[in-house]
Amino acid sequence: MSVIAEETPRVPPAEPGFFTKARKILLGRPETAFATGMIVVFIFIAIFAPVLAPYDPLAQSVIKINRLPSQENWLGTDQFGRDVLSRLIYGSRNSLLFGFISPVLAALFGTMLGVVAGYFGGIVDRLISRVIDLLLAFPELLLAILIAAVLGGGFWNIIAVITVAFIPGFARVARAQTLSVKQEPYVEAAIATGVRTPVIIVRHIIPNIMAPIVALMTLWVASAIRIEASLSFLGIGTRPPNPSWGNIIRDGLNSLFGSPWPIIGAGIAITLVVLSFNLVGDAIRDALDPSTAR
Amino acid sequence: MSAMSNFAETVVPNADVEPVLSVRDLKTSFLTSKGWVEIVKGISFDIGPRETLAVVGESGSGKSVTALSIMRLLDPEMSRVDGSVKLAGRELLKLSPGEMRNIRGRQMGMIFQEAMTSLNPLQTVGQQIAEVLSIHGLYSGQAALKEAERLLDRVRIPGAASRLKDYPHSLSGGMRQRVMIAMALACKPKLLIADEPTTALDVTIQAQILQLIKQLQQEEGMGVLFITHDMGVVAEVADRTVVMLQGKAVEADSTEVIFERAENPYTRALIAAVPKLGQGSQKGPQHFPILDRKTGTIVTGRERPDTVRHDAEPVLRVKDLTKRFDIPGGLFSGPSGRVHAVEKVSFDLRAGETLSLVGESGCGKSTTGRAIMRLIEPQSGEVSIEGTDIRALDKERMRDMRRHIQMIFQDPYASLNPRINIGEAIAEPFLTHKLGTRQQAREKAMDLLERVGLSPDMASRFPAQFSGGQRQRICIARALSLEPKVIVADESVSALDVSIKAQVVNLMMDLQEQFGLSYLFISHDMAVVERISHQVAVMYLGEIVEKGPVAAVFGNPQHPYTKRLMAAVPVPDPARRKQLRPVSNDEVKSPIRPVDYVPPQRDYREISPGHIVQAWGDDWKV
Repeated sequence: MSVIAEETPRVPPAEPGFFTKARKILLGRPETAFATGMIVVFIFIAIFAPVLAPYDPLAQSVIKINRLPSQENWLGTDQFGRDVLSRLIYGSRNSLLFGFISPVLAALFGTMLGVVAGYFGGIVDRLISRVIDLLLAFPELLLAILIAAVLGGGFWNIIAVITVAFIPGFARVARAQTLSVKQEPYVEAAIATGVRTPVIIVRHIIPNIMAPIVALMTLWVASAIRIEASLSFLGIGTRPPNPSWGNIIRDGLNSLFGSPWPIIGAGIAITLVVLSFNLVGDAIRDALDPSTAR
Repeated sequence: MSAMSNFAETVVPNADVEPVLSVRDLKTSFLTSKGWVEIVKGISFDIGPRETLAVVGESGSGKSVTALSIMRLLDPEMSRVDGSVKLAGRELLKLSPGEMRNIRGRQMGMIFQEAMTSLNPLQTVGQQIAEVLSIHGLYSGQAALKEAERLLDRVRIPGAASRLKDYPHSLSGGMRQRVMIAMALACKPKLLIADEPTTALDVTIQAQILQLIKQLQQEEGMGVLFITHDMGVVAEVADRTVVMLQGKAVEADSTEVIFERAENPYTRALIAAVPKLGQGSQKGPQHFPILDRKTGTIVTGRERPDTVRHDAEPVLRVKDLTKRFDIPGGLFSGPSGRVHAVEKVSFDLRAGETLSLVGESGCGKSTTGRAIMRLIEPQSGEVSIEGTDIRALDKERMRDMRRHIQMIFQDPYASLNPRINIGEAIAEPFLTHKLGTRQQAREKAMDLLERVGLSPDMASRFPAQFSGGQRQRICIARALSLEPKVIVADESVSALDVSIKAQVVNLMMDLQEQFGLSYLFISHDMAVVERISHQVAVMYLGEIVEKGPVAAVFGNPQHPYTKRLMAAVPVPDPARRKQLRPVSNDEVKSPIRPVDYVPPQRDYREISPGHIVQAWGDDWKV
């Protein structure tokens, strides 16, 4: 008869490693696996754009305006005679770069603000929270258009615009998480042993609030790509002649009846990337928060 | 397992009477990522009318799953129940969900541990009871409310008529559990299933609820299936007992037999580990007897030497410590009231001594501990460690002072950062105070792991990989890494299973001997307190009402509250079960006072050397 509940040091089972867990999250469901594959493909395209693109995306040609797809130009050409496929391929660079940089920066600043507000509370919290509330009152896109209109377009301006628009969301989540983690006995235990406040924040708070922030970040990569495309479409995003999926659509609009392929191509690219990041983001959120899991 | 076949005979209460509930070879499996896992591995028992059967076991033994299987409350997609469950001769496992719904509530009442989450916060208790009655078609409309009132009266809720309109949040934990019982009894069930119904309650309230269940059982003539982990409660309520371990019944017999001459070593270990009040010796704190599971003999442990430094000055001196919390009023008005959480608490703690603060929830014992640690700032009073008043220290010097006073928390699952491995967690305080190099910190952590009974090569593992008891050992190791003089242990063993609890308490005593530690032991568990302490202080509504050496206070309690507390502790002696004790409906009063409240001047008198009692006012006059 085996007798259990004994407190002799049994060797606890090893936890699955980070990569095992990541693989399970990213490849666990068929649709997530598809989305992950899609993202990998697009990143690959963006990195190797010079190799993959058949033409220079900026090279204009007066004799090849608004051509339909052909052997020479798979997706045809636009109103300046530029190869649409090459522009799409190079456009992925801008779109993905925007898509990644803004959420990462926003997560960084937003988390910092949120943790400071949540941990210290009082007047600091009230100040930060009110500013965040103010920013949250405007839809992200509207805010982005507003700032872009004031500052003008351009790569870093747009990054700054989307980052500012995203900060409140991260700050909100970080603040709420900090408030709950702050109550955990292990934080109190750290205070009781005399650990300094910055160390408590870095070692005990931040690692324990990262999960929802990472999930949020993935979901917002999709939003950032979408917003960048919208701004470029409106002409206040990536500046022509540099290609971005948004301004490819914009350019395509003028010659819609000449060749619809710029719009179709860029539309499909945007849809695929946004959908993929949303799917992966959902999977990460489900994995990190069992209560929303199916 | 030849013993299994015998159970069927021993568990039949009375061959002539048909059992209310008859369970045969109940097996429950859950679908996990590793396929079907059997949780309950063949349990059989009978419950007769007016009979109470206790299913007892430690966490993970499958006792709650047994109850859920009988009620068929498990998700049919994720679980599988085999065997036979007959309620008054009717096979339950073959019924359709619709028929089963009719049985539940109607013929089978249930009460659970969490009365708050079992009640709907948006409905009055009257509505909820009336709903049960009308669902089962017994009463409707006004008649149902009338019956609800009668039921509240039956469960001894004072002023039942006015309570009908109360919402669950305005009732105390004990009152909510009474409402749950009233709902369970609404349709006069043949069987009441009680799953840890008193675990979340204070000890005096627990005594009331247990008495109430016993009385109602007599009046209604129903069978009771009582699930618990507490052998003391088993002795109080159960006619017969099934001891579960790892999904199997290791022993089943009448409660008397189990307590007197249990054969299974696990049962004997469980009983041996139950703290019994009145066993404290005059020689000071002594180890819990631990049953050696291999040989089946009980090891009492050597006698502990006196660890108290009687000659020296106290290491911790607390004088007139007061902490009040304001209850915020409106936006522009001041506080609407004040919680007098700790009111002029004073005591001394000498080196190598254990002082326990006991009392029920809300009495201010944890607040006292946290105020001493300066995790919250007390309003007034003095806390000095070796003569230094720590309340006067600035932030920087307070940080240094924290080396000398450390804390162990209640919840072993939450008091370790899940993302830091335990070696680093133990080394962190050492490095924070720059007591040595990283290498030395690592060695220290290894050494401490060994001292608390774990293995040094576990240092790189994460908290999630340890059990509750092991985690509490890790927390103790972390507290010890600074070589403190005083450790504040706030309900540190309350969340642990009984056998684990005994081992951790023994460990704490060993460490006291080795390091000359002083403990401020905060607990609601009188029996553990009696074991571990030299001195005890009883707290009630923020004040110490009685304090002194354990033998004096527990042996000769003076204050009415101390007496009430002592009387409420479950006694692991089945012979006392038959006595029905009067059910008092007293609730622990609230420490919330008006803003202008001035606490009364208290007088204390000394009964015997060191044994001090607060003079009590008229509200304690019987």
